[in-house]
Amino acid sequence: MLTASARLALSRPAFTPSTFCARRAVSAWAKVPAGPPDPILGVTEKFKADKSPKKINLGVGAYRDGNGKPYVLPTVLKAEEIVFNAKLDKEYLPITGLASFTKLAAELAYGKDSKPLVEDRLAITQSISGTGALRIGTAFLARFYPGAKAIYLPAPTWGNHIPIAKDSGLEVKQYKYFNKETVGLDFEGMKADIKAAPEGSIIMLHACAHNPTGIDPTEAQWKELSEIVKEKKHFPFFDMAYQGFASGDILKDAFAVRYFVEQGHQLLLSQSFAKNMGLYGERVGAVSFVCADKEEKARVDSQLKIIVRPLYSNPPVHGARLVSTILSSPELYDEWLVEVKGMADRIIAMRSKLYDTLVRLDTPGEWGHIKSQIGMFSYTGLKPEQVDALAEKAHVYLTRDGRISMAGLNDSNVEYFAESVSKAVKGTL
Amino acid sequence: MSITNFWAGVPQGPPDPILGVTDAFKKDTAKNKVNLGVGAYRDEQGKPYVLESVLQAEDILHKKKLDKEYLPITGEIEFVRLSAELAYGKDSKPLTENRIAVAQSISGTGALRIATEFLAKYYPGPKSVYLPDPTWGNHIPLVEGTGMKVVRYRYFDKKTIGLDFAGMKEDLEKAEPGSIILLHACAQNPSGIDPTKEQWKEINEVIKSKKHLALFDMAYQGFASGDLIGDAFAPRYFVEQGHQIILCQSFAKNLGLYGERAGTFSMVCSSPEEKERVLSQVKRVIRPLYSSPPLHGAQLVATILGTPELFEQWLKEVKKMADRIISMREKLYNALVELKTPGEWGHIKSQIGMFSFTGMTADQVSDLAEYAHVYLTKDGRISMAGLNEGNIQYFAESMSKAVKGELKPKSSL
Repeated sequence: MLTASARLALSRPAFTPSTFCARRAVSAWAKVPAGPPDPILGVTEKFKADKSPKKINLGVGAYRDGNGKPYVLPTVLKAEEIVFNAKLDKEYLPITGLASFTKLAAELAYGKDSKPLVEDRLAITQSISGTGALRIGTAFLARFYPGAKAIYLPAPTWGNHIPIAKDSGLEVKQYKYFNKETVGLDFEGMKADIKAAPEGSIIMLHACAHNPTGIDPTEAQWKELSEIVKEKKHFPFFDMAYQGFASGDILKDAFAVRYFVEQGHQLLLSQSFAKNMGLYGERVGAVSFVCADKEEKARVDSQLKIIVRPLYSNPPVHGARLVSTILSSPELYDEWLVEVKGMADRIIAMRSKLYDTLVRLDTPGEWGHIKSQIGMFSYTGLKPEQVDALAEKAHVYLTRDGRISMAGLNDSNVEYFAESVSKAVKGTL
Repeated sequence: MSITNFWAGVPQGPPDPILGVTDAFKKDTAKNKVNLGVGAYRDEQGKPYVLESVLQAEDILHKKKLDKEYLPITGEIEFVRLSAELAYGKDSKPLTENRIAVAQSISGTGALRIATEFLAKYYPGPKSVYLPDPTWGNHIPLVEGTGMKVVRYRYFDKKTIGLDFAGMKEDLEKAEPGSIILLHACAQNPSGIDPTKEQWKEINEVIKSKKHLALFDMAYQGFASGDLIGDAFAPRYFVEQGHQIILCQSFAKNLGLYGERAGTFSMVCSSPEEKERVLSQVKRVIRPLYSSPPLHGAQLVATILGTPELFEQWLKEVKKMADRIISMREKLYNALVELKTPGEWGHIKSQIGMFSFTGMTADQVSDLAEYAHVYLTKDGRISMAGLNEGNIQYFAESMSKAVKGELKPKSSL
């Protein structure tokens, strides 16, 4: 028999909001640590907070025109007009995306006459730009790759490759790539590491315009790499974020991918339209798998859908419609090729200017690499302390690994930038 | 000749139970085919419906000729701000106190993915998520894909075709303290059965007493009853009661923005400082998923929510969609009763939102597809939005026959 006091002690107290909050004194999130700012996107945040009129943002890889402004391609504006007038509905896309988009994206990357396309054995899905493609690709590998669940990334590589691979469940390993002394490719080291990797390893390769170094293997070097990858039965995973943007020529930039396919590799390709079509925020990309035959493609396709469904169900429609409109229209397609070349050419011109200016200012060190590097980025060789000083004293923003986005330079700021770099190197900032 | 054979062992995966229905429907060449599979609104003519307010927003955006720069990782700022106001109410305490962490997401699914990834990494309690039985199928891989466990709580009572409230409360009581409980804010998918306000208040008490974490999936705000505020009762009540809820918000249905993938993920935190810490880690979840979210849908939503005339217009359009569905429910019920269809059908009228759990068996569903060219998901769920004056009689007749077992052609031996 319970006493009155025991009964009282056992009865549930009334729950008013104040009692609840008092009991819930410790938030579930009390122990969540503050994360570091993203090493790349965090630079733009700092830049935005800076009030100096001289400030320059060479952080994130988004193209800027000669006036330092974002550039929406004229073909994209035309495609917007076409899509707008078509007054299409907003129904869900299939899980693997807009079919006309993926078909054309594959043709752009592989070439219309590529055997896997002609033989209908390329499994492809639309993705949330390049990052989304990489996430799907690594998730698929983590689930289905018959070998070791580890991926070899070049040293250095795009920072986000690492958490993408890890969050997908892959272990991350490295192979030598950048030679600090020569500010060039450590080809011997690269070959040795790839050879040393256990048979059947997953090797990530930047198809062109390596990020962050801007250093690409030559065609002859790609051929050697193909042999080694073949010999070791490795799995090549290409990240192609800059087709057309690297040299100005979409065919040339796809050389490595197409060569490997011709050589019989069953590769995985991540493709982005963020830079080459300036579609950044629309998030358009694709991930594709070269399969043995049509039947295998169907199996792989079915599993891709199972991976995508609990990521985001189906991809965004708008950007895919723009790309499809451009790639499917012969006039727009040709105009686009000219625009891509225009962007690449302006960057190449900036490289030349920057080099000339640094030399003119008697900046200590070798700067030839600025001209020989390819694509949007240049690995300047600047040290973290110098990068910090550039931000603090000169209002010049770049990532701490010394990478600059060439696209952020133009005739109005390249002189000031070169002077600032010169001072930073000389220690006189 | 390829050197290697990497994908030889990849098995054929089953078609998606919901999206696979549309695939089957597309392949069917019958003129009278009806698709009641996927939850996308259809107008009176059975056509996809782009809201007038959306068309006007498209117009406004088109004229602005904005650039296509990357959004911040957590999305378009105005979109995020206005979406949170819509969900929580402008005067919601945690909102005015700047302690709700909000991020744009790839519609509702993307928000749920951010939620499960974040919880798997940072939730200090048991890593299991309680899902109602039944629930939207995709909830399961969303949880399991991040390494957390799925546990079911009773929800649908097959006998009454209503809510098994006692069972639900019991299961939530039995759960380990501090468990993560997923709740459908309104218009439960697939059953269409929602707790009443009084029941929500009781659920809140149980969750409080067990110190559970309430994770709300709100995919149908405005779409359930036609009233945006009414439909947000449960999450708003929980917030008032002091729960630090997680909320997944979708604009796919209520703004008809399906393929544009507009949504938000939000978490009520205890302070602005905590909110900042939480956001810093939310960014680290998003960055390796897709870096930053898509522009277009967010710009459309921000335009509509931020322009008073468009907002008012939208309220009317949402009500119109909800009203049409409610009238279809009435019509279907009447037709089934008129056809003397065996069984109780009142639940079709009492259920809420886009879906109705008809109570049909998998075999009956199969027969409907094969013999009547009527497509729905195997669990007997129909999307009411797929019904209209043009097909409702045919559907009622087919369903009546299916229940009576009269769909299969008699074999002539």
